[in-house]
Amino acid sequence: MGLALIGVALIIIGFALRFNPLVVVTVSGLATGLIVGLPLKELITQFGEAFTTNRYMSILIVTLPVIGLLERSGLQNQSKHLVSKIKAASAGKILTFYLLIREIAAALGLNSLGGHPQTVRPLIAPMAEGAAEAKYGEVPEKDREEIRAQAAAADNIGLFFGEDIFVAVGAILLMKGFFDQNGIKADPIFMALWGLPTAIFVFIVHSIRLRLFDRKLDRKLGNPGRGKMDSEVVRK
Amino acid sequence: MIISTEWIYIAMGIVCLFCSFYTFFDKTNKRRILSGLFYFIYAITLLFGKIIPPFYIGLMVLAMVVIVAFGGLQKGGYGETAPDELEARRKRLGNWLFLPALLIPILTVLGSKLLVNVKIGSRLLLDPSNPTLVALGVACIIAILTAMLLTKSRPQTAFKESRRLLEAIGWAVVLPQLLATLGTIFTKAGVGTVVSKLITKVIPENSVFWIVFVFCVGMALFTMIMGNAFAAFPVMAAGIAIPFLIKRFGANADQIAAISMFAGYCGTLMTPMAANFNIVPAVLLDLKDKNHVIRVQLPTALMTLAFNIILMYLLVR
Repeated sequence: MGLALIGVALIIIGFALRFNPLVVVTVSGLATGLIVGLPLKELITQFGEAFTTNRYMSILIVTLPVIGLLERSGLQNQSKHLVSKIKAASAGKILTFYLLIREIAAALGLNSLGGHPQTVRPLIAPMAEGAAEAKYGEVPEKDREEIRAQAAAADNIGLFFGEDIFVAVGAILLMKGFFDQNGIKADPIFMALWGLPTAIFVFIVHSIRLRLFDRKLDRKLGNPGRGKMDSEVVRK
Repeated sequence: MIISTEWIYIAMGIVCLFCSFYTFFDKTNKRRILSGLFYFIYAITLLFGKIIPPFYIGLMVLAMVVIVAFGGLQKGGYGETAPDELEARRKRLGNWLFLPALLIPILTVLGSKLLVNVKIGSRLLLDPSNPTLVALGVACIIAILTAMLLTKSRPQTAFKESRRLLEAIGWAVVLPQLLATLGTIFTKAGVGTVVSKLITKVIPENSVFWIVFVFCVGMALFTMIMGNAFAAFPVMAAGIAIPFLIKRFGANADQIAAISMFAGYCGTLMTPMAANFNIVPAVLLDLKDKNHVIRVQLPTALMTLAFNIILMYLLVR
């Protein structure tokens, strides 16, 4: 019985040793299947079947032509340009605003407003980077990466903790179905409402973290408000 | 239905297929044949997944993994636009550039909300099994036509640009699909039952706080292993929430459900197994450390997990 956990162990070891995830996942899948006694031919069939059923997970491919073409025409630059006109903008503030919109939209069932390939890469990440550039001038690549990672995180966090506030979302329906099967009364409306405390908490915590992120950038790249001398001292 | 999900997969397959042609003929790529083959095989699985018997799809998937394992998948050259030229193009269209980009989410939302039960004749317009996916596919097709008109580009340019992005994503493009496959095999092998048995063994039966603690942390851990909170909930709820919290301490099922799913999502924020949320974006945003997004999410995830434990404890107590 415990042998089935060898697959899990392989995943953890493989990821920890930074082998290619594709290889790690495949080896773990094959090992798990063989350990529990699936014949090889059936195991490969399982691979093929699940791979085909889950094609929807690769939907980002359908967005590539639009995003690619727009990037070639300067969309990312335009996103930066637009934000650089707003004086009060900062990377953290833009991402807090996006987090808020993403979370509220998801709570209203509008999950598809947002997403990494169609919104974060061409719009949100360049806007946050553009705001930092407008504020500090040159931004080192290391900090740019941090800003982009923050943009991706804001998208995930807003989506996850917003969507369960919407009654008709998959998670709520799954749980309702599960409780029904086990003869326990559950009401989707209350399930959604009891998500609110956590949804509000996560917004507060993450926006505080984004504010601290702004402060960190201020300290590192110089706060224009405090003058150049100050920031040079700090940089040393 | 009139527009089925299969059509969207075919559109995805066509994009991959054209990309693979460009890769095959890219002289700047040292491994252009193997790299092209990777995208070509992937295109075939997208296009004909429904027709080709699963065993052969399985073999094709393994072939793709072998290509990656032996370093056969390399990036090519794309004739990058010079910054000045890019700036000139940006000025030409200005804010009009946002139009096609914004059309994608707006049309997807409109399509998936308004057209969901619309029938033409006696047939549903959108595939009821996944209307959002179909709406997104159609939105992208309208957006690409708009973008081509605006930028006066030919379809070839759109495919070339897709190839630049697809090669930038590289092997990560199939990772979410492969992880979902692994999830299916884990479920078949009974990994879930083993994990929940192990967790219920350590549970201190009389302390509400520690039951809540084990349940919420278990949801997060299980989600990290499976990459998916949906897989964790039935196992953990059947193993801990129903027998201990609901039946013994009379906890409210609605509260348990809402909070435990969020505990699971905290796990999603912390695991590379949720590749489409954590790894693919890292690749898309050109981050050197593929775990960078997870690193950024970690503090928020841990604090939220702690909040969920305290909240559930206060409600059940």
